Amino acid sequence: MTAWISFTVNGSAVDLELDPMRRLSDVLRDDLGLIGTKIGCNAGDCGACTVRLDGRQVCACLVPAAQAAGADVRTVEGLARPGVVGSPLEFDDLAALQQAFLAAGAAQCGICTPGMLMAADELLERSPVPARPEIEDALGGVLCRCTGYQKIVEAVVAAAVAAEAPVRAERDPAAGGAVGARLPKVDGIARVSGTAVFGSDARPDRMLAVRAVRSPHARARFTIGDLGPLFNRHPGLVRVLTAADVPGQNRYGIYATGKDQPVLAEGEVRHRGEAVCALVADEAVLETIDDAEVPIHWEPLQPLADMTAARAEGAPRLHDHAPGNVLISGRVARGDLTQLTDGAAIAGAAATAAVEIETGFVEHAYIEPEAGYARRIGERIELFVSTQTPYMDRDEVALILGIAPADVRIVPSACGGGFGGKLDLSVHPLIATAAWLLDRPVRAVWSRPESMAASPKRHPARIRASASAGADGRLIGLRFHGDFDTGAYASWGPTVANRVPVHAMGPYAVPNVLATSRAIHTNNPPAGAFRGFGVPQAALAHEALMDDLATQLGIDLLEIRQRNALRAGSITATGQILHASAGLPGCLDALRPHWTRLRADAAAWNAEAAGRRDPRRRGVGLGAMWYGIGNTSMTNPSTLELGIGRDGVPTLYSGAVDIGQGASTVMVQIAADALGVPAATIQLVSGDTDRTADAGKSSASRQTFVSGNAARLAGDDLRRQILQLAEVAGEATIELGPGRAIVIEPNGAPVVINLAELPLVPAHDAAAAAVLVGRGFYDPKTTPLDADGQGDPYETYAFGAQIAMVEVDLELGTTRVIQIVAAHDVGRAINPTQVEGQIHGGIAQGIGFALMEEYIPGRTENLHDYLIPTIGDAPDIVCLLIEDEEPAGPYGAKGVGEPALVPTAPAILGAIRDATGVRITRLPATPDRVRAAIRAQAG
Amino acid sequence: MGTYLCPRSVTEALDALSLGLAEGRPRVIVAGATDHYPARVGRVLDEDILDISGLAESRLIRPLDGGWLIPALATWTDLATAPLPPLFAGLQAAARTIGGLQIQNRATVIGNLCNASPAADGTPNLLALDAVVVLASSRGERRIPVAEFVTGNRTTVRAADELVSGVRVEGSVDGDAGTRSTFLKLGSRAYLVISIAMVAVVLARDSTGRVKKARVAVGACSAVAQRLGTLEQALAGLPAQPGLGNAVRPEHLAALSPIGDVRGSATYRREAAETLVRRALEELVA
Repeated sequence: MTAWISFTVNGSAVDLELDPMRRLSDVLRDDLGLIGTKIGCNAGDCGACTVRLDGRQVCACLVPAAQAAGADVRTVEGLARPGVVGSPLEFDDLAALQQAFLAAGAAQCGICTPGMLMAADELLERSPVPARPEIEDALGGVLCRCTGYQKIVEAVVAAAVAAEAPVRAERDPAAGGAVGARLPKVDGIARVSGTAVFGSDARPDRMLAVRAVRSPHARARFTIGDLGPLFNRHPGLVRVLTAADVPGQNRYGIYATGKDQPVLAEGEVRHRGEAVCALVADEAVLETIDDAEVPIHWEPLQPLADMTAARAEGAPRLHDHAPGNVLISGRVARGDLTQLTDGAAIAGAAATAAVEIETGFVEHAYIEPEAGYARRIGERIELFVSTQTPYMDRDEVALILGIAPADVRIVPSACGGGFGGKLDLSVHPLIATAAWLLDRPVRAVWSRPESMAASPKRHPARIRASASAGADGRLIGLRFHGDFDTGAYASWGPTVANRVPVHAMGPYAVPNVLATSRAIHTNNPPAGAFRGFGVPQAALAHEALMDDLATQLGIDLLEIRQRNALRAGSITATGQILHASAGLPGCLDALRPHWTRLRADAAAWNAEAAGRRDPRRRGVGLGAMWYGIGNTSMTNPSTLELGIGRDGVPTLYSGAVDIGQGASTVMVQIAADALGVPAATIQLVSGDTDRTADAGKSSASRQTFVSGNAARLAGDDLRRQILQLAEVAGEATIELGPGRAIVIEPNGAPVVINLAELPLVPAHDAAAAAVLVGRGFYDPKTTPLDADGQGDPYETYAFGAQIAMVEVDLELGTTRVIQIVAAHDVGRAINPTQVEGQIHGGIAQGIGFALMEEYIPGRTENLHDYLIPTIGDAPDIVCLLIEDEEPAGPYGAKGVGEPALVPTAPAILGAIRDATGVRITRLPATPDRVRAAIRAQAG
Repeated sequence: MGTYLCPRSVTEALDALSLGLAEGRPRVIVAGATDHYPARVGRVLDEDILDISGLAESRLIRPLDGGWLIPALATWTDLATAPLPPLFAGLQAAARTIGGLQIQNRATVIGNLCNASPAADGTPNLLALDAVVVLASSRGERRIPVAEFVTGNRTTVRAADELVSGVRVEGSVDGDAGTRSTFLKLGSRAYLVISIAMVAVVLARDSTGRVKKARVAVGACSAVAQRLGTLEQALAGLPAQPGLGNAVRPEHLAALSPIGDVRGSATYRREAAETLVRRALEELVA
């Protein structure tokens, strides 16, 4: 039944005939086109859909349309002053709150931003100058996975005082001043105004929807029965796709040698959530079909539930290419391996330590579930999807459809968070297949449970490690072995085998090292890429060892790290000489006063707590890290173009996808300074495979370093061409205007280049209409690793160290992180606000990894059983940016995306140990685990 | 798609419930809908709905017949912001810990009770308040103590033609000067968190400063939140002063039957509940 329902939205009256129980969020988005209201869970768990209903913040996904009748609904679209019709919003059109979000860097991917804004809007109306606890209470119902919340709080505070001090942003640095400036995101206005188009925000005309039917079993054989009755019951059902319908190869996977994952399973499933068949229909029809109506006959088989089961004698082999269910092994060996026998006395060793660590699956939990649509255009296919890696998507879709890569176009949507999870295909195979076969646009939007069941995870790890050191604390040897549960399919499993052993000894100089790893198949969800590729798990081990050795030797925890820190001139365990930009010593020096202060604070607090019989204790811990930038020992080039049209407007064609981390802004800042024009004058085309050259993946913390180098080279190239046309050299300045470029030499007369007279030159974008195109290509210099893992796997490394102060309730086992001080060597901070944002966000994810996050298939497939940190769990974070310039980096820059997460959990575990005396070796350190350890210690 | 009704009057609502039952399609009652939709993610929505949000009934929590009435449509925000005596401090504390503000603004106290989750934050408080559930139907009205209302995980004694019209709490309108209450919730994060364990205590003291009456209830540690009767008896007559928590013994929590799940082990829950009970008592006599 439907009913006519009237209400006002942002002051305008609407009158709609609706199903009264339709969610208000769907009405706003689908019927009214107000896509600024986002859907992250449809369960009230994430708050992305927060709107104001008669003034109060509510989750629009939980409001029946009928209950909006007569109400005043306010959405993010109602915040800004209406701009000039037909032209994009300007900074000055935005509400003070939106300006504050933009200036503070409070919006990264932007998917939670509308919800945050509406919650904050309600707060500021109620309480014009709120205190921090009030802000937390008001925003506690909106989850953010990118920012770590600190800049959101700063933005709300700034907006609160905006009446006296208008929000300012460093919007328009002069030519040459972009690098190092706190430029707001170049795509930021769209993200704070609700106009950015994410994967599920586009609804092409005539579109159909596709939904996979997924396995409820971890391992089973199946047959699909007669579909006739299903079609009879649902006349609107257009098609049921099965494996036989896949036009090309029914196999995909990240590595050329690892194409092992079927688009649709062929008679056997290997993990819960694997797609078996897919229903295609009009979206409204699809909603009326229950998956249980599809006649699938299941024959459940005993699943390999974990790595022990997978390695047991007689265990079934899940893939022919993986004997013993071992997908791949990795190894780094250096020095005298006889010095590494587990537990035995080692010559010269004054202390030895050993540790075993176990971690679980971790879910990316980006607030934007996977979504997008495909449409067939003649013999080509075009996909609009949320992705971190358009070019890999292009090549994979081509294989699945059996067409040439050039006949696939990937147009990335705004990406509502990736963190590695959107490096794998998600909706792509089925939307592409359905659109190809039916010649109609086909869309898919994963629900939260589907996203959690079907997307890859962080690898669970089981690690054993031991280390020895001399009386001076200097490391003598380190042995590491890690097994990683890579789940049912390879995905990015091979990376844990090559990246983990390289990093397993931590950011320290160790003469004798044996580090080994294995990726093991089980019937769990595929484990793939997740911020750090196995290094965060490994860091738990090496940092625990450092703490142990220091304690045994009576050396300060920071000091032992300083003595062993890799630095310029050090030789790594792979035999690579670090020539420059190895800034761990600088990070540790910067932390030292904080270390001293926080430990004294904790000791004083604990003495008082003991006096008043308070069961809480504070502790301080330390974690250090290093991280190789870019792919391990593999080519991973980027190409960027910077063109100028006859209109004199410079356009940067960047394939470096902005997944919220700010790659677009960084590329513009670098290109602007290289060319020598103000950043604000540069237009950006991003990610579209028809319009931008391949800039690789937004992964491995590589975009600033690799694509940033390409942006700089493109800018340099274009500048060189302009100077050449003007026949001047050196220090000249360039001014671009309508139809012309003016080159001015110091003390010289301006030379005017009439751009309108120049012929068009070819660019990757066939429609670029450019008269000058600068090109930049960069591929990091690496060498292959030999059988002992020896070689130069990366051109440069990021370094960092963090201190965590926690408070543990000894009786309840609960842990609260009070403060994190983070020192990161980023080479050069191209945009300090964004660098801080990456650090804050990495820390928040590190807190989740340490304390609360564990994905259990079938049990935590939502955001109320799978917990990520809320605004009230985010500590005060102090960022110390160490700029130990990388000579090979663009303006000295390296990457920071993943590094910030790596040391957080080790620092927190160290702090828990400091507070309680117990070492937690099984993550996450949930209250029951911490309490059990405290009880065990007490006997 | 099912049918939808949004009556203005209770009589109309009760008639619809009776008819639905008679026709073999009992209506699903929706108020704030905050439990309704989350339980139906990815499911076909085809139930017949009775939306009671349009009832022309006051949402005001108010004195009634020497006690208090929490009406059917009172939200957690209504509760949290109402001027109420210290008797309700525990329930009001619970109101501020449910979901986030978005949920508190929409979810009703009664809906939380009727949804009958073992982890419902309101229920231990209503138990400790000795609240009585008022059930209305075309057949008449009946009153059931909260302790008898919830019968198990997601089950209550509410018949399919009944509507919970409110919950009554006995207690003087002025508030008994000697009566205080508190609520402690244990979860793994700050907001939007389902309780691992929770404790509600209402404590009245006599003129000599001793415990006149204590009511202690624990949630999320059994299918239905439980009162700790033996503890309540042990507390009666003890000096209401610091150290009262020491009266708590493990055997006082014998009625609990916690499970182990993703939020915590059974052993942990039982121990944490004991700690929370002790702390709640200490807080009330501090």
